[in-house]
Amino acid sequence: MSTLLRLATAGSVDDGKSTLVGRLLHDCKAILADQIAHVKTVSEARGGDFDFALLTDGLRAEREQGITIDVAYRYFATDKRSFILADCPGHVQYTRNTVTGASTADVVIILVDARHGVLEQTRRHLAVAGLLRVPHVVLAVNKIDLVGYDEAVFTKIAKDVNEVADQLGIADIQAIPVSALVGDNVVDKSGATDWYDGPTLLEYLENADGRIDNSQQPLRFPVQYVIRPQTDDEYRDYRGYTGTVASGTVSVGDQVIVLPAGRRTSVAGIDRAVVTATSTAVVERPSAVAGEAVTVRLADDLDVARGSVIVAAEASPGTRRELAATVSWLSDRPLTVGARVLIKHTTTTAQAIVTKITGALDLDTLGVIDATELALNDIGKVQLKIAAPLAADPYSRNTITGSFLLIDAHDGWTLAAGMIDDEEGELL
Amino acid sequence: MTATVTELDALESESIFVFREVAAEFERPVILFSGGKDSIVMLHLARKAFSPAGVPFTLLHVDTGHNFPEVLAYRDATVERLGLRLEVASVEEYIADGRLRERTDGTRNQLQTIPLLDAINRHRFDAVFGGGRRDEERARAKERIYSLRDEFGQWDPRNQRPELWSLYNGKHRPGEHVRVFPLSNWTELDIWNYIEREQIPLPSIYYAHERDVFERDGMLLAVGPYSKPRDGETVAKRTVRYRTVGDMSCTGAVASTAGSAAEVVVEVAASEITERGATRADDRASEAAMEDRKREGYF
Repeated sequence: MSTLLRLATAGSVDDGKSTLVGRLLHDCKAILADQIAHVKTVSEARGGDFDFALLTDGLRAEREQGITIDVAYRYFATDKRSFILADCPGHVQYTRNTVTGASTADVVIILVDARHGVLEQTRRHLAVAGLLRVPHVVLAVNKIDLVGYDEAVFTKIAKDVNEVADQLGIADIQAIPVSALVGDNVVDKSGATDWYDGPTLLEYLENADGRIDNSQQPLRFPVQYVIRPQTDDEYRDYRGYTGTVASGTVSVGDQVIVLPAGRRTSVAGIDRAVVTATSTAVVERPSAVAGEAVTVRLADDLDVARGSVIVAAEASPGTRRELAATVSWLSDRPLTVGARVLIKHTTTTAQAIVTKITGALDLDTLGVIDATELALNDIGKVQLKIAAPLAADPYSRNTITGSFLLIDAHDGWTLAAGMIDDEEGELL
Repeated sequence: MTATVTELDALESESIFVFREVAAEFERPVILFSGGKDSIVMLHLARKAFSPAGVPFTLLHVDTGHNFPEVLAYRDATVERLGLRLEVASVEEYIADGRLRERTDGTRNQLQTIPLLDAINRHRFDAVFGGGRRDEERARAKERIYSLRDEFGQWDPRNQRPELWSLYNGKHRPGEHVRVFPLSNWTELDIWNYIEREQIPLPSIYYAHERDVFERDGMLLAVGPYSKPRDGETVAKRTVRYRTVGDMSCTGAVASTAGSAAEVVVEVAASEITERGATRADDRASEAAMEDRKREGYF
């Protein structure tokens, strides 16, 4: 069985991102005949050549204005593996979209226009990729045909980006010279870049490692929902805690602690559903690994509910009511000290107060500067006081128990993506 | 022990996670259930999410009155067998009492929006599961897994909440509701692979059968009470199956000999036309037909 790779694209306006995505899908033969016919008709009606961007820009306003408005998800497969691609637009709400796409990505493809080189946007996208700890970054140096396939231009941009990536702690970055319009090095190797001996974009994607393997981390199992059938059959006394294993492995007999209460018990059973046309039942399994949705039964009758987290007894994170975190601010309304918000962390939603804003990321120097408020697209450091104890880990160790949302309690809007700092409190 | 999680397992776990989140955070969720393959897979996943307990959601069917009899029979048998509760919002009733008017082309997919929104308001449903997939259509590709609707049921694609990690934000104000799409990341091929793996029964029209059909706009339409050949359209008995099921008057069949899920998988993998392109006359209406319907509150 092939493995799934999740990609996100990021780039500035007009650097040809939708064209690259359209080209990738087209050359992978992931676009079916009726979609091609549709794009051909629309392109011709506008009196132009086949417009690859129309393969992905689906909304009326996008087609009218020739821009991409919101993250679009695309699905394609080659003989080697399947891909889910989040196509993130590069204009106004750029950080919001890039953070959204990158939060679930295994690979972020950052586009740079070969004629323009590294822009502030590029630094921002790199910062987001670094901050969210996306495992792999591809730098697609696009429109290489428009600089005459000049090796020196490519080498200079790759060097500039590598310097930024080093500062941000991005370990894995691959630069590829491409022309989305012509198709150079997207799927097929270009005949015009003999000086480049690396992979094409698709070759790279087909061979990249997938998700960070969370199965080697200590067990974290946030409880989503408690199942008590209370029927008259064999499940009369059944009490199971449903959830998806966030990290590690859970096995029958494991010693665990249930947070926030801190009570110790052991795993009595792990169930997975077996459903046929006529029956609904569970089968026991010896264990389950990170990513699997299962139901856990415990040996003791404890107070366990949504919001509880079952953790490895030998590696409990404990709980805390105060957090230092890095946030990507996604709202038009600025964040100020004293703001009351909701925090959603794993399966707990609680009230929180922003007690301090300790700084903001300066994209020019990539250092932290003083800040008293955070505006849309800012990346900053904050301290929070929370009304309920959270079983939290640093994001650097666990992207699930280390991440959170800040939510406007009044209108429900998602205000910020948050990543819990590690003990050293490093920004990136 | 499963050492690695396969692609289908990953999609299944992701969907189950979504069902459990909604059950825990909403008061009155409902599953849109049409008896089509996507809603059948959705129900199967919901049953898995809460096993060995039952599904804690009501089902809602927006019935166009133009449904395939095999699909309605499947719907009713499923509800009966699993002891579920089904609400039906009937387009036919709306037409009969004048709240809706029949369209000139006689098709009814577009007419489903108002009965759907009325049912959501009447039952105060706050989370509405839909079987929409992002691979189906350009506007659907922009949809979040949790998609907020205002009190008019409208979708505003330019003002969607960011959706990060697997932290789904279901907060909404009174009168608003959230459409939830647990199959967002599944493709048509994933659905068929899963149906085969899980041996999920489907209405018979999904598999090859003989039917009197005529050709219109490159689609094979069944001869029936709601769709009759016009002058110049000839009827022939063909071996066909349906890739989607919906309003009989605008849902086309495809020529096929696939008699099992395994054979459909082979066929879908080799297909050169998308599911909706092959079978839905209503989506061919304009460049943005689905977007326009969705903005008004359609599925």
